[in-house]
Amino acid sequence: MIDPSQIAVDVKNVTKIFDGHTVLNNLNFSIPKNKIITILGFSGAGKSTLLKHILGLMLPTSGCVEVLGQDLTLLDKVQLREFRRNFGMLFQYAALFDSMTAIQNVTFPLREFTDLNEEQMYQRASELLISVDIQEVAFHKLPSELSGGMRKRVGLARALALSPHIMLYDEPTTGLDPITTKMVNDLIVETQNKNITRGMTSIIISHDVRATLQISDYVAFLDRGNIVEYLPAPEFAKSNNELVQEFINL
Amino acid sequence: METASAPVKHSWLYRRIAKIGKQVIETIDGLGNMVNFTGRVFYWAVRPPWRIKLIFQQFYFIGNKSLIIVGLSGAFTGMVMAYQVYFGFQLISVDSLVGPVVALSLAKELAPVLTGLIVAGRAGSAMAAQIGSMKVTEQVDALEVMGINGIQYLAVPRVIATTFCMPMLCCLFLFIGNIGSYFVGTKALMIDEAMYLSKLGEFMHMSDFYQGVIKAFFFGFIVALIGTYFGFSVTKGAEGVGKGTNQAVVWGMISVLVLDYFLTSFLVKIL
Repeated sequence: MIDPSQIAVDVKNVTKIFDGHTVLNNLNFSIPKNKIITILGFSGAGKSTLLKHILGLMLPTSGCVEVLGQDLTLLDKVQLREFRRNFGMLFQYAALFDSMTAIQNVTFPLREFTDLNEEQMYQRASELLISVDIQEVAFHKLPSELSGGMRKRVGLARALALSPHIMLYDEPTTGLDPITTKMVNDLIVETQNKNITRGMTSIIISHDVRATLQISDYVAFLDRGNIVEYLPAPEFAKSNNELVQEFINL
Repeated sequence: METASAPVKHSWLYRRIAKIGKQVIETIDGLGNMVNFTGRVFYWAVRPPWRIKLIFQQFYFIGNKSLIIVGLSGAFTGMVMAYQVYFGFQLISVDSLVGPVVALSLAKELAPVLTGLIVAGRAGSAMAAQIGSMKVTEQVDALEVMGINGIQYLAVPRVIATTFCMPMLCCLFLFIGNIGSYFVGTKALMIDEAMYLSKLGEFMHMSDFYQGVIKAFFFGFIVALIGTYFGFSVTKGAEGVGKGTNQAVVWGMISVLVLDYFLTSFLVKIL
Protein backbone atom coordinates (compact mmCIF):
# COMPACT_ATOMS: atom_id res chain seq x y z
CA MET A 1 0.00 0.00 0.00
CA ILE A 2 1.45 3.35 -1.04
CA ASP A 3 1.20 6.38 1.24
CA PRO A 4 -1.42 8.63 -0.52
CA SER A 5 0.89 11.66 -0.32
CA GLN A 6 3.51 9.67 -2.23
CA ILE A 7 1.28 8.81 -5.19
CA ALA A 8 2.22 10.44 -8.49
CA VAL A 9 -0.49 8.84 -10.64
CA ASP A 10 -3.64 7.20 -9.37
CA VAL A 11 -5.77 5.34 -11.88
CA LYS A 12 -9.18 4.69 -10.34
CA ASN A 13 -11.74 2.31 -11.88
CA VAL A 14 -10.85 3.49 -15.38
CA THR A 15 -12.78 2.00 -18.26
CA LYS A 16 -12.31 3.13 -21.84
CA ILE A 17 -14.61 1.91 -24.58
CA PHE A 18 -14.03 2.66 -28.28
CA ASP A 19 -16.86 1.76 -30.67
CA GLY A 20 -18.14 -0.90 -28.29
CA HIS A 21 -14.64 -2.34 -27.76
CA THR A 22 -13.33 -2.18 -24.19
CA VAL A 23 -9.68 -1.13 -24.23
CA LEU A 24 -9.24 -0.41 -20.52
CA ASN A 25 -11.37 -2.51 -18.23
CA ASN A 26 -12.04 -1.08 -14.75
CA LEU A 27 -8.34 -0.43 -14.28
CA ASN A 28 -7.01 0.38 -10.81
CA PHE A 29 -3.41 1.07 -9.91
CA SER A 30 -1.17 3.69 -8.38
CA ILE A 31 2.27 4.87 -9.36
CA PRO A 32 4.49 6.11 -6.52
CA LYS A 33 6.56 9.27 -6.72
CA ASN A 34 10.32 9.17 -7.19
CA LYS A 35 10.38 5.76 -8.85
CA ILE A 36 10.86 4.24 -12.28
CA ILE A 37 7.80 2.23 -13.28
CA THR A 38 7.57 0.21 -16.45
CA ILE A 39 4.31 -0.91 -17.99
CA LEU A 40 4.76 -4.05 -20.05
CA GLY A 41 2.24 -5.78 -22.25
CA PHE A 42 1.56 -7.38 -25.61
CA SER A 43 0.61 -5.19 -28.58
CA GLY A 44 -3.01 -4.05 -28.27
CA ALA A 45 -3.04 -4.54 -24.49
CA GLY A 46 -3.97 -0.88 -23.97
CA LYS A 47 -0.56 0.55 -23.02
CA SER A 48 -0.72 3.57 -25.34
CA THR A 49 -4.34 4.24 -24.34
CA LEU A 50 -3.31 4.18 -20.68
CA LEU A 51 -0.45 6.59 -21.43
CA LYS A 52 -2.86 8.98 -23.16
CA HIS A 53 -5.15 8.84 -20.13
CA ILE A 54 -2.26 9.70 -17.80
CA LEU A 55 -1.41 12.64 -20.06
CA GLY A 56 -5.03 13.76 -20.23
CA LEU A 57 -5.02 13.42 -24.01
CA MET A 58 -7.93 10.98 -23.59
CA LEU A 59 -10.61 10.96 -20.95
CA PRO A 60 -11.99 7.70 -19.53
CA THR A 61 -15.47 6.46 -20.37
CA SER A 62 -15.83 5.93 -16.61
CA GLY A 63 -13.54 6.29 -13.62
CA CYS A 64 -10.85 8.92 -13.11
CA VAL A 65 -7.12 9.52 -13.36
CA GLU A 66 -5.46 11.61 -10.65
CA VAL A 67 -2.03 13.01 -11.39
CA LEU A 68 -0.13 14.70 -8.54
CA GLY A 69 -3.44 14.80 -6.65
CA GLN A 70 -5.36 16.47 -9.47
CA ASP A 71 -8.31 14.63 -11.02
CA LEU A 72 -7.79 15.17 -14.76
CA THR A 73 -11.45 14.51 -15.55
CA LEU A 74 -12.39 17.69 -13.64
CA LEU A 75 -10.17 19.99 -15.70
CA ASP A 76 -11.35 21.87 -18.78
CA LYS A 77 -9.28 21.83 -21.96
CA VAL A 78 -7.30 24.97 -21.14
CA GLN A 79 -6.53 23.76 -17.61
CA LEU A 80 -5.54 20.35 -18.98
CA ARG A 81 -3.17 21.99 -21.42
CA GLU A 82 -1.53 23.95 -18.61
CA PHE A 83 -1.41 20.90 -16.38
CA ARG A 84 0.43 18.97 -19.08
CA ARG A 85 3.49 21.12 -18.40
CA ASN A 86 4.06 18.80 -15.45
CA PHE A 87 4.92 16.10 -17.96
CA GLY A 88 7.94 15.48 -20.13
CA MET A 89 7.75 12.82 -22.78
CA LEU A 90 10.31 10.97 -24.81
CA PHE A 91 8.58 9.60 -27.89
CA GLN A 92 9.38 6.31 -29.60
CA TYR A 93 11.19 8.06 -32.45
CA ALA A 94 11.98 11.21 -30.42
CA ALA A 95 9.45 13.35 -32.40
CA LEU A 96 11.91 16.20 -32.80
CA PHE A 97 10.64 19.11 -34.89
CA ASP A 98 12.38 18.42 -38.16
CA SER A 99 12.56 22.05 -39.26
CA MET A 100 14.51 23.01 -36.12
CA THR A 101 18.08 22.28 -35.10
CA ALA A 102 18.89 20.28 -31.96
CA ILE A 103 19.28 23.38 -29.82
CA GLN A 104 16.18 25.02 -31.28
CA ASN A 105 14.23 21.91 -30.34
CA VAL A 106 15.38 22.22 -26.75
CA THR A 107 14.81 25.98 -26.54
CA PHE A 108 11.31 25.57 -28.02
CA PRO A 109 9.48 24.76 -24.73
CA LEU A 110 11.56 27.42 -22.94
CA ARG A 111 10.52 30.02 -25.51
CA GLU A 112 6.88 28.99 -25.22
CA PHE A 113 6.56 28.82 -21.46
CA THR A 114 9.27 30.84 -19.75
CA ASP A 115 10.35 34.48 -19.62
CA LEU A 116 14.02 33.68 -20.23
CA ASN A 117 15.87 35.87 -22.71
CA GLU A 118 17.66 34.40 -25.73
CA GLU A 119 20.99 34.12 -23.95
CA GLN A 120 19.49 32.41 -20.90
CA MET A 121 17.53 30.01 -23.09
CA TYR A 122 20.65 29.13 -25.06
CA GLN A 123 22.55 28.61 -21.81
CA ARG A 124 19.87 26.33 -20.34
CA ALA A 125 19.46 24.36 -23.58
CA SER A 126 23.25 23.92 -23.87
CA GLU A 127 23.42 22.57 -20.31
CA LEU A 128 20.61 20.13 -21.01
CA LEU A 129 22.19 18.93 -24.25
CA ILE A 130 25.58 18.47 -22.64
CA SER A 131 23.95 16.62 -19.73
CA VAL A 132 22.63 14.04 -22.23
CA ASP A 133 26.05 13.82 -23.85
CA ILE A 134 25.39 15.85 -26.98
CA GLN A 135 28.55 17.70 -28.02
CA GLU A 136 28.45 21.37 -29.03
CA VAL A 137 29.26 20.49 -32.62
CA ALA A 138 25.85 18.81 -32.94
CA PHE A 139 23.86 21.70 -31.46
CA HIS A 140 23.15 23.25 -34.82
CA LYS A 141 22.40 20.07 -36.73
CA LEU A 142 18.93 19.20 -37.95
CA PRO A 143 17.32 15.98 -36.64
CA SER A 144 17.85 14.38 -40.07
CA GLU A 145 21.61 14.85 -39.58
CA LEU A 146 21.64 13.07 -36.20
CA SER A 147 21.82 9.34 -35.46
CA GLY A 148 18.86 7.54 -33.83
CA GLY A 149 20.57 7.56 -30.43
CA MET A 150 21.43 11.25 -30.66
CA ARG A 151 17.86 12.10 -31.62
CA LYS A 152 16.63 10.24 -28.53
CA ARG A 153 19.07 12.18 -26.36
CA VAL A 154 18.01 15.52 -27.85
CA GLY A 155 14.38 14.43 -27.34
CA LEU A 156 15.17 13.70 -23.70
CA ALA A 157 16.86 17.10 -23.27
CA ARG A 158 13.77 18.78 -24.75
CA ALA A 159 11.46 16.77 -22.47
CA LEU A 160 13.49 17.87 -19.42
CA ALA A 161 13.61 21.54 -20.40
CA LEU A 162 10.69 22.57 -18.18
CA SER A 163 11.78 20.34 -15.26
CA PRO A 164 8.76 18.01 -15.41
CA HIS A 165 7.44 16.14 -12.39
CA ILE A 166 6.58 13.08 -14.46
CA MET A 167 8.73 11.76 -17.31
CA LEU A 168 7.06 9.42 -19.76
CA TYR A 169 9.02 7.18 -22.08
CA ASP A 170 7.17 5.56 -24.97
CA GLU A 171 9.12 2.51 -26.17
CA PRO A 172 12.43 4.32 -25.60
CA THR A 173 14.67 1.57 -26.97
CA THR A 174 12.59 0.34 -29.93
CA GLY A 175 14.64 0.15 -33.11
CA LEU A 176 17.99 0.87 -31.45
CA ASP A 177 21.11 -1.30 -31.54
CA PRO A 178 22.20 -2.98 -28.24
CA ILE A 179 24.87 -0.37 -27.46
CA THR A 180 22.52 2.57 -28.02
CA THR A 181 19.81 0.70 -26.09
CA LYS A 182 22.14 0.41 -23.11
CA MET A 183 23.06 4.08 -23.43
CA VAL A 184 19.36 5.12 -23.46
CA ASN A 185 18.61 2.89 -20.45
CA ASP A 186 21.57 4.32 -18.53
CA LEU A 187 20.35 7.78 -19.43
CA ILE A 188 16.87 7.05 -18.04
CA VAL A 189 18.35 5.91 -14.73
CA GLU A 190 20.78 8.85 -14.65
CA THR A 191 17.97 11.32 -15.40
CA GLN A 192 15.83 9.83 -12.65
CA ASN A 193 18.70 9.96 -10.15
CA LYS A 194 19.52 13.58 -11.03
CA ASN A 195 15.91 14.66 -10.53
CA ILE A 196 15.05 12.54 -7.52
CA THR A 197 15.38 15.45 -5.12
CA ARG A 198 12.44 17.22 -6.72
CA GLY A 199 10.33 14.06 -6.71
CA MET A 200 10.36 13.16 -10.38
CA THR A 201 8.63 9.95 -11.44
CA SER A 202 9.49 8.02 -14.59
CA ILE A 203 6.91 5.92 -16.40
CA ILE A 204 8.13 3.69 -19.21
CA ILE A 205 6.02 1.88 -21.77
CA SER A 206 8.13 -0.92 -23.15
CA HIS A 207 8.46 -4.38 -24.67
CA ASP A 208 12.07 -4.75 -23.58
CA VAL A 209 11.85 -7.15 -20.62
CA ARG A 210 15.57 -7.41 -19.93
CA ALA A 211 16.15 -3.67 -19.73
CA THR A 212 12.91 -3.21 -17.80
CA LEU A 213 14.02 -5.55 -15.04
CA GLN A 214 17.41 -3.84 -14.83
CA ILE A 215 16.29 -0.23 -14.63
CA SER A 216 12.80 -0.26 -13.09
CA ASP A 217 11.74 -0.06 -9.48
CA TYR A 218 8.30 -1.48 -10.26
CA VAL A 219 6.89 -3.35 -13.22
CA ALA A 220 3.23 -3.60 -14.19
CA PHE A 221 1.91 -6.05 -16.77
CA LEU A 222 -1.12 -4.97 -18.75
CA ASP A 223 -3.29 -7.49 -20.52
CA ARG A 224 -6.58 -6.78 -22.29
CA GLY A 225 -7.08 -3.53 -20.40
CA ASN A 226 -6.26 -4.89 -16.95
CA ILE A 227 -3.16 -4.86 -14.79
CA VAL A 228 -2.61 -8.56 -14.16
CA GLU A 229 0.66 -8.18 -12.25
CA TYR A 230 2.27 -5.21 -10.48
CA LEU A 231 5.36 -5.91 -8.46
CA PRO A 232 8.81 -4.57 -7.57
CA ALA A 233 11.15 -5.48 -10.46
CA PRO A 234 13.09 -8.29 -8.70
CA GLU A 235 9.83 -10.00 -7.68
CA PHE A 236 8.25 -9.47 -11.10
CA ALA A 237 10.85 -11.74 -12.70
CA LYS A 238 9.76 -14.54 -10.35
CA SER A 239 6.02 -13.98 -10.89
CA ASN A 240 3.86 -17.09 -11.10
CA ASN A 241 1.49 -15.43 -13.55
CA GLU A 242 1.44 -17.50 -16.74
CA LEU A 243 1.13 -14.52 -19.05
CA VAL A 244 4.05 -12.76 -17.37
CA GLN A 245 6.21 -15.86 -17.61
CA GLU A 246 5.20 -16.30 -21.27
CA PHE A 247 6.15 -12.67 -21.95
CA ILE A 248 9.46 -12.90 -20.08
CA ASN A 249 10.43 -16.11 -21.85
CA LEU A 250 9.51 -14.94 -25.35
CA MET B 1 -24.37 -28.34 -31.17
CA GLU B 2 -23.36 -25.06 -32.74
CA THR B 3 -22.55 -25.09 -36.42
CA ALA B 4 -20.56 -22.47 -38.29
CA SER B 5 -22.85 -20.52 -40.62
CA ALA B 6 -21.70 -19.92 -44.19
CA PRO B 7 -21.01 -16.24 -45.07
CA VAL B 8 -24.04 -14.55 -46.63
CA LYS B 9 -23.45 -13.81 -50.32
CA HIS B 10 -25.22 -10.64 -51.34
CA SER B 11 -26.32 -9.83 -54.85
CA TRP B 12 -24.36 -7.50 -57.12
CA LEU B 13 -27.03 -4.81 -56.74
CA TYR B 14 -26.97 -5.08 -52.93
CA ARG B 15 -23.20 -4.71 -52.85
CA ARG B 16 -23.34 -1.74 -55.23
CA ILE B 17 -25.96 0.08 -53.14
CA ALA B 18 -24.02 -0.70 -49.95
CA LYS B 19 -20.86 0.73 -51.49
CA ILE B 20 -22.62 3.94 -52.55
CA GLY B 21 -24.24 4.21 -49.12
CA LYS B 22 -20.84 3.83 -47.46
CA GLN B 23 -19.37 6.55 -49.64
CA VAL B 24 -22.28 8.90 -48.84
CA ILE B 25 -21.82 8.30 -45.10
CA GLU B 26 -18.06 8.88 -45.39
CA THR B 27 -18.62 12.12 -47.33
CA ILE B 28 -21.11 13.43 -44.75
CA ASP B 29 -18.74 12.38 -41.99
CA GLY B 30 -15.88 14.20 -43.74
CA LEU B 31 -17.99 17.35 -44.14
CA GLY B 32 -18.90 17.21 -40.46
CA ASN B 33 -15.24 16.90 -39.51
CA MET B 34 -14.38 19.80 -41.80
CA VAL B 35 -17.02 22.02 -40.18
CA ASN B 36 -15.74 21.00 -36.76
CA PHE B 37 -12.17 21.78 -37.83
CA THR B 38 -13.23 25.20 -39.17
CA GLY B 39 -14.88 25.98 -35.84
CA ARG B 40 -11.71 25.02 -33.99
CA VAL B 41 -9.58 27.22 -36.28
CA PHE B 42 -11.83 30.21 -35.51
CA TYR B 43 -11.82 29.34 -31.80
CA TRP B 44 -8.02 29.24 -31.60
CA ALA B 45 -7.49 32.19 -33.95
CA VAL B 46 -8.93 34.62 -31.41
CA ARG B 47 -7.08 33.26 -28.38
CA PRO B 48 -3.60 34.15 -27.17
CA PRO B 49 -0.74 33.55 -27.58
CA TRP B 50 -0.64 35.47 -30.87
CA ARG B 51 1.98 33.83 -33.05
CA ILE B 52 2.91 36.84 -35.17
CA LYS B 53 6.33 35.44 -36.12
CA LEU B 54 4.78 32.23 -37.42
CA ILE B 55 2.22 34.22 -39.41
CA PHE B 56 5.02 36.22 -41.06
CA GLN B 57 6.97 33.03 -41.78
CA GLN B 58 3.91 31.72 -43.59
CA PHE B 59 3.46 35.05 -45.37
CA TYR B 60 6.98 34.62 -46.68
CA PHE B 61 6.39 31.02 -47.78
CA ILE B 62 2.96 31.56 -49.33
CA GLY B 63 3.47 35.07 -50.66
CA ASN B 64 7.10 35.71 -51.41
CA LYS B 65 7.82 32.21 -52.65
CA SER B 66 4.80 32.34 -54.99
CA LEU B 67 5.73 35.64 -56.63
CA ILE B 68 7.53 34.18 -59.66
CA ILE B 69 4.96 31.51 -60.48
CA VAL B 70 2.06 33.94 -60.02
CA GLY B 71 3.82 36.65 -62.03
CA LEU B 72 4.66 34.29 -64.90
CA SER B 73 1.14 32.87 -64.96
CA GLY B 74 -0.30 36.39 -64.95
CA ALA B 75 1.92 37.59 -67.78
CA PHE B 76 1.19 34.68 -70.10
CA THR B 77 -2.53 34.62 -69.26
CA GLY B 78 -2.79 38.32 -70.17
CA MET B 79 -0.81 37.82 -73.38
CA VAL B 80 -2.83 34.79 -74.51
CA MET B 81 -6.09 36.50 -73.64
CA ALA B 82 -5.09 39.54 -75.70
CA TYR B 83 -4.47 37.34 -78.75
CA GLN B 84 -7.69 35.35 -78.39
CA VAL B 85 -9.88 38.39 -77.79
CA TYR B 86 -8.24 40.34 -80.61
CA PHE B 87 -8.87 37.67 -83.25
CA GLY B 88 -12.48 37.34 -82.14
CA PHE B 89 -13.16 41.05 -81.91
CA GLN B 90 -11.44 41.80 -85.22
CA LEU B 91 -14.26 39.95 -86.99
CA ILE B 92 -16.77 42.52 -85.76
CA SER B 93 -14.32 45.47 -85.90
CA VAL B 94 -14.19 46.15 -82.15
CA ASP B 95 -10.53 45.28 -81.65
CA SER B 96 -10.02 48.52 -79.71
CA LEU B 97 -11.90 46.86 -76.84
CA VAL B 98 -9.23 44.20 -76.34
CA GLY B 99 -7.76 46.09 -73.37
CA PRO B 100 -10.92 46.44 -71.26
CA VAL B 101 -12.18 42.94 -72.07
CA VAL B 102 -8.90 41.35 -71.00
CA ALA B 103 -8.68 43.61 -67.95
CA LEU B 104 -12.26 42.85 -66.88
CA SER B 105 -11.78 39.10 -67.38
CA LEU B 106 -8.60 39.19 -65.37
CA ALA B 107 -9.96 41.40 -62.59
CA LYS B 108 -13.25 39.61 -62.05
CA GLU B 109 -12.39 35.98 -62.75
CA LEU B 110 -9.02 34.93 -64.07
CA ALA B 111 -6.75 36.63 -61.54
CA PRO B 112 -8.52 35.38 -58.39
CA VAL B 113 -9.38 31.94 -59.76
CA LEU B 114 -6.01 31.16 -61.32
CA THR B 115 -4.15 32.54 -58.29
CA GLY B 116 -6.39 30.37 -56.12
CA LEU B 117 -5.59 27.30 -58.20
CA ILE B 118 -1.86 28.07 -58.15
CA VAL B 119 -1.80 28.56 -54.39
CA ALA B 120 -3.91 25.41 -53.87
CA GLY B 121 -1.38 23.46 -55.93
CA ARG B 122 1.71 24.99 -54.40
CA ALA B 123 0.95 26.06 -50.82
CA GLY B 124 -2.13 23.91 -50.09
CA SER B 125 -0.24 20.73 -50.94
CA ALA B 126 2.79 21.87 -48.94
CA MET B 127 0.60 22.56 -45.89
CA ALA B 128 -0.98 19.10 -46.06
CA ALA B 129 2.42 17.44 -46.54
CA GLN B 130 4.15 19.40 -43.75
CA ILE B 131 1.42 18.90 -41.16
CA GLY B 132 0.77 15.33 -42.32
CA SER B 133 4.39 14.30 -41.92
CA MET B 134 4.50 16.02 -38.52
CA LYS B 135 1.42 14.02 -37.56
CA VAL B 136 2.82 10.62 -38.55
CA THR B 137 6.16 11.31 -36.86
CA GLU B 138 4.37 12.29 -33.61
CA GLN B 139 5.54 15.92 -33.78
CA VAL B 140 1.93 17.09 -33.42
CA ASP B 141 1.56 14.83 -30.36
CA ALA B 142 4.77 16.34 -28.99
CA LEU B 143 3.19 19.80 -29.25
CA GLU B 144 0.06 18.59 -27.45
CA VAL B 145 2.08 16.96 -24.67
CA MET B 146 3.90 20.27 -24.17
CA GLY B 147 0.51 21.95 -23.77
CA ILE B 148 0.52 23.63 -27.18
CA ASN B 149 -2.57 23.30 -29.32
CA GLY B 150 -1.65 21.86 -32.71
CA ILE B 151 -4.38 23.74 -34.53
CA GLN B 152 -3.36 27.05 -32.98
CA TYR B 153 0.32 26.49 -33.70
CA LEU B 154 0.12 24.92 -37.15
CA ALA B 155 -3.22 25.71 -38.77
CA VAL B 156 -4.09 29.23 -37.59
CA PRO B 157 -0.91 30.99 -38.87
CA ARG B 158 -1.26 29.26 -42.24
CA VAL B 159 -4.93 30.14 -42.59
CA ILE B 160 -4.40 33.80 -41.59
CA ALA B 161 -1.36 34.22 -43.83
CA THR B 162 -2.98 32.62 -46.88
CA THR B 163 -6.22 34.54 -46.43
CA PHE B 164 -4.40 37.88 -46.46
CA CYS B 165 -1.70 36.90 -48.94
CA MET B 166 -4.07 35.76 -51.65
CA PRO B 167 -5.58 39.22 -52.42
CA MET B 168 -2.04 40.59 -52.81
CA LEU B 169 -1.03 37.77 -55.13
CA CYS B 170 -4.26 38.33 -57.06
CA CYS B 171 -3.35 42.03 -57.49
CA LEU B 172 0.09 41.01 -58.74
CA PHE B 173 -1.45 38.58 -61.22
CA LEU B 174 -3.85 41.27 -62.40
CA PHE B 175 -1.14 43.92 -62.75
CA ILE B 176 1.31 41.71 -64.64
CA GLY B 177 -1.50 40.18 -66.72
CA ASN B 178 -2.54 43.66 -67.87
CA ILE B 179 1.03 44.58 -68.71
CA GLY B 180 1.30 41.39 -70.80
CA SER B 181 -1.97 42.17 -72.54
CA TYR B 182 -0.87 45.78 -73.16
CA PHE B 183 2.40 44.76 -74.79
CA VAL B 184 0.84 42.08 -76.98
CA GLY B 185 -2.05 44.39 -77.89
CA THR B 186 0.02 47.47 -78.72
CA LYS B 187 3.34 45.98 -79.90
CA ALA B 188 2.34 42.69 -81.57
CA LEU B 189 -1.24 43.35 -82.65
CA MET B 190 -0.65 47.06 -83.35
CA ILE B 191 -3.64 48.41 -81.45
CA ASP B 192 -3.24 52.13 -80.93
CA GLU B 193 -1.73 52.74 -77.48
CA ALA B 194 -3.84 55.78 -76.68
CA MET B 195 -6.99 53.96 -77.77
CA TYR B 196 -6.06 50.91 -75.69
CA LEU B 197 -5.56 52.98 -72.53
CA SER B 198 -8.56 55.25 -73.02
CA LYS B 199 -10.93 52.29 -73.50
CA LEU B 200 -9.39 50.63 -70.49
CA GLY B 201 -10.14 53.70 -68.37
CA GLU B 202 -13.63 53.96 -69.81
CA PHE B 203 -14.81 50.41 -69.06
CA MET B 204 -12.79 49.37 -66.05
CA HIS B 205 -14.14 50.42 -62.63
CA MET B 206 -12.91 49.96 -59.10
CA SER B 207 -15.90 47.70 -58.33
CA ASP B 208 -14.52 45.18 -60.89
CA PHE B 209 -11.21 45.23 -59.07
CA TYR B 210 -12.88 44.81 -55.67
CA GLN B 211 -14.80 41.80 -56.92
CA GLY B 212 -11.57 39.94 -57.69
CA VAL B 213 -9.89 40.96 -54.46
CA ILE B 214 -12.85 39.87 -52.32
CA LYS B 215 -12.93 36.53 -54.13
CA ALA B 216 -9.20 36.06 -53.60
CA PHE B 217 -9.64 36.67 -49.87
CA PHE B 218 -12.18 33.84 -49.59
CA PHE B 219 -10.18 31.55 -51.89
CA GLY B 220 -7.14 32.02 -49.65
CA PHE B 221 -9.18 31.09 -46.60
CA ILE B 222 -10.68 27.94 -48.14
CA VAL B 223 -7.41 26.72 -49.71
CA ALA B 224 -5.52 27.03 -46.39
CA LEU B 225 -8.38 25.50 -44.44
CA ILE B 226 -8.50 22.48 -46.75
CA GLY B 227 -4.70 22.11 -46.86
CA THR B 228 -4.38 22.14 -43.07
CA TYR B 229 -7.48 19.97 -42.58
CA PHE B 230 -6.11 17.21 -44.79
CA GLY B 231 -2.74 17.54 -43.04
CA PHE B 232 -4.36 16.91 -39.67
CA SER B 233 -6.44 14.07 -41.13
CA VAL B 234 -3.38 12.10 -42.21
CA THR B 235 -3.02 8.56 -40.85
CA LYS B 236 -1.01 5.52 -41.88
CA GLY B 237 2.49 6.82 -42.51
CA ALA B 238 3.98 7.92 -45.81
CA GLU B 239 1.08 6.54 -47.85
CA GLY B 240 -1.30 8.63 -45.76
CA VAL B 241 0.80 11.76 -46.28
CA GLY B 242 0.66 11.23 -50.06
CA LYS B 243 -3.09 10.67 -49.98
CA GLY B 244 -3.66 13.71 -47.76
CA THR B 245 -1.55 15.92 -50.02
CA ASN B 246 -3.38 14.72 -53.10
CA GLN B 247 -6.78 15.32 -51.49
CA ALA B 248 -5.73 18.78 -50.35
CA VAL B 249 -4.89 19.77 -53.94
CA VAL B 250 -7.98 18.19 -55.50
CA TRP B 251 -10.45 19.55 -52.94
CA GLY B 252 -8.69 22.89 -52.76
CA MET B 253 -9.06 23.39 -56.52
CA ILE B 254 -12.65 22.15 -56.61
CA SER B 255 -13.55 24.42 -53.70
CA VAL B 256 -12.07 27.45 -55.46
CA LEU B 257 -14.19 26.79 -58.56
CA VAL B 258 -17.40 26.03 -56.64
CA LEU B 259 -16.94 28.98 -54.30
CA ASP B 260 -16.27 31.19 -57.33
CA TYR B 261 -19.76 30.51 -58.65
CA PHE B 262 -21.46 31.40 -55.37
CA LEU B 263 -19.31 34.47 -54.77
CA THR B 264 -19.91 35.71 -58.32
CA SER B 265 -23.68 35.29 -58.02
CA PHE B 266 -23.55 37.28 -54.76
CA LEU B 267 -21.00 39.95 -55.68
CA VAL B 268 -22.58 40.92 -59.02
CA LYS B 269 -25.66 41.96 -57.09
CA ILE B 270 -23.91 44.15 -54.52
CA LEU B 271 -21.00 45.66 -56.50
